[in-house]
Amino acid sequence: MTDDRKGFPAVDPLGMPPLAVGDTALTDAPPAHGSATVSDELALAYVSGLEVKSRSQWAYARRRFVRHRLAMISLVVLLVILGAGAAADWIAPYAYDEIDLENSGVGPTLDGRHYFGTDVLGRDYFSRVIYGIRTSERVALIVASLATLIGVLVGAIAGYYGRWIDNVLMRFTDLVLTLPGLAVLLTASAFLGNGNQYRVAVILALLFWTTLARIVRGSFLSLREKEYVEAARAAGSGDLRIMFRHILPNAMGPIIVNATLIIGLAILIEAALSFLGFGIQPPTPALGKLISDGQDVASQFWWLVTFPGLTIVLIVLCINFIGDGLRDALDPTQRTRA
Amino acid sequence: MFTFILRRLLYSIPVLVAASFLIFASVSAVGSPLQELRLNPLISEQTLQNITERKHLDEPIPVRYVYWVQDALTDKFGTPLFVQTPIWDDLTRVIPHTLQLVIMAELLAILIGVLVGVYSAIRQYSIFDYSATMASFVGFAMPAFWLALMLQILFTEVFLNSGVRVFYTSGLNSSDNTCTFCVDRVQHLAIPVIVLSVLSIAQYTRYMRASMLEVINSDYIRTARAKGLAETRVTLRHALRNALVPVVTVSALNFGGLIGGAIITETIFQLDGMGPYFINNLLSQDVYPVMAWLMITATMIIIFNLIADILYGYLDPRIRYD
Repeated sequence: MTDDRKGFPAVDPLGMPPLAVGDTALTDAPPAHGSATVSDELALAYVSGLEVKSRSQWAYARRRFVRHRLAMISLVVLLVILGAGAAADWIAPYAYDEIDLENSGVGPTLDGRHYFGTDVLGRDYFSRVIYGIRTSERVALIVASLATLIGVLVGAIAGYYGRWIDNVLMRFTDLVLTLPGLAVLLTASAFLGNGNQYRVAVILALLFWTTLARIVRGSFLSLREKEYVEAARAAGSGDLRIMFRHILPNAMGPIIVNATLIIGLAILIEAALSFLGFGIQPPTPALGKLISDGQDVASQFWWLVTFPGLTIVLIVLCINFIGDGLRDALDPTQRTRA
Repeated sequence: MFTFILRRLLYSIPVLVAASFLIFASVSAVGSPLQELRLNPLISEQTLQNITERKHLDEPIPVRYVYWVQDALTDKFGTPLFVQTPIWDDLTRVIPHTLQLVIMAELLAILIGVLVGVYSAIRQYSIFDYSATMASFVGFAMPAFWLALMLQILFTEVFLNSGVRVFYTSGLNSSDNTCTFCVDRVQHLAIPVIVLSVLSIAQYTRYMRASMLEVINSDYIRTARAKGLAETRVTLRHALRNALVPVVTVSALNFGGLIGGAIITETIFQLDGMGPYFINNLLSQDVYPVMAWLMITATMIIIFNLIADILYGYLDPRIRYD
């Protein structure tokens, strides 16, 4: 793990470095979990003549992740929140646009199941937040998959072929990084977004791939020199097969971690765009838009601003903890501790 | 060192040109001003023709790019589409306000980030360290606009209930009295600065902690301790100076992120800075001020990247460029 990490502390499209990247050079690995225990078990198994069960690298990674307590708790909480969003039609007590003037401006109460209160028009904010989560998770998943796809392709091609292709692609990546991220996103969604969630998602993805492209390029640059790549080439494998069957699986760790962090970042940025009025437009409910709706009456109805915001914080917090756990699990040499 | 700076400066020129073309081409391709204007019944055919002629809107994009560059260089970005007031006048009014905000936020972030990061590192795995880590995770997950609104609500409530004005929650000034001008400005900028610096504080804390840990575990620190130096002297003179290097460069590279944050904060607190200027022009679909804004910001980011590179080479002599 030397060159692969070069791109990691890089600044992402919005100038926010990935979480806890500063810890990459840390040597403060907690002794209790991870590979040390596993090799101890192996040694013990040999001594006592027990049969050793073979485990793949992924199985080890899974074991390490499951032992990361904070990440596991976060995963459960996140699944509950995202599950509620996905099942919004069944879970939400009211429709997101259901107006009920009798109950306008009700504070958070168990009465009538207005857990997060209602707004001026009597719309139930708990239901609106759940539908907002649905929108956010859809957008974030599209952004993460599309950005990962572009980033992997660009990074793989640049890293594998090197020379002028690498130069051209990486200079272009640098160029994208010199643009002020949020401003470019605002411009793009103002002129192209139309307030449509899928369009906004694609626009975000077109700016979010740069960090990953750098990481993947770094991995490919070092991995293409490995003996197994030479062996594959000697056996007659084509470039595509070597890139995606042989090198890519060995570069998956950072890719998965980065994709996770992109989900969190996408939720934050989409919320900011929608808040400023350039992201997702009504009637589609979006968490950022919910907050800006509550902004004008915030002094009387504090709950309209508070709860959608807390929801965003909780979701992104969970995603970042999971990303941290994944980093520890997939890349034991880079162990950090939250 | 000198040749490195010179080479790096020369390298910035093609980047700047490429960035300007990317900005112009993409903004002109997506925002077609004529189409919007045609939909507006208040604008006559004659005005439309005048605007088209003035901005050469009937030419293909590469030709318009040349006109635009010419305008930018000779006439300081010229005028917007609809009005005749020069873009430059507006920009010179708003940029200092934004710089005040951004620089104050950056200084606050570096100060707090370094202090917390260093203390976390020398008391690793203490309660303080865990709380600081937790706090920085929350800082990463917090949408700036939400924090801004919450603080705005809080301080407005404090004012309404107690009548004491601690901090203002919108605008840049309330009086033109020069005697209290500075105090007044600080009272107005305090909350925006705090909001803007939260994300940076979280970042710098993590960076500072990591780089400090790396340094304290290195051999020369053990040597310094072994020869009997006092612990504070080891920490402050030997460790801190080296551990600061990554944070200094990261903070220079962070400029783009701060400008993005400033757009949000200034809009919420109604500060007359670059953010609201940008947003208003986006809302009126006027691409010329938008492109000028993007170009100025991209130039500043390129300059700060340059500064980061030079600082890095200056602070860490092991890095050889030539």
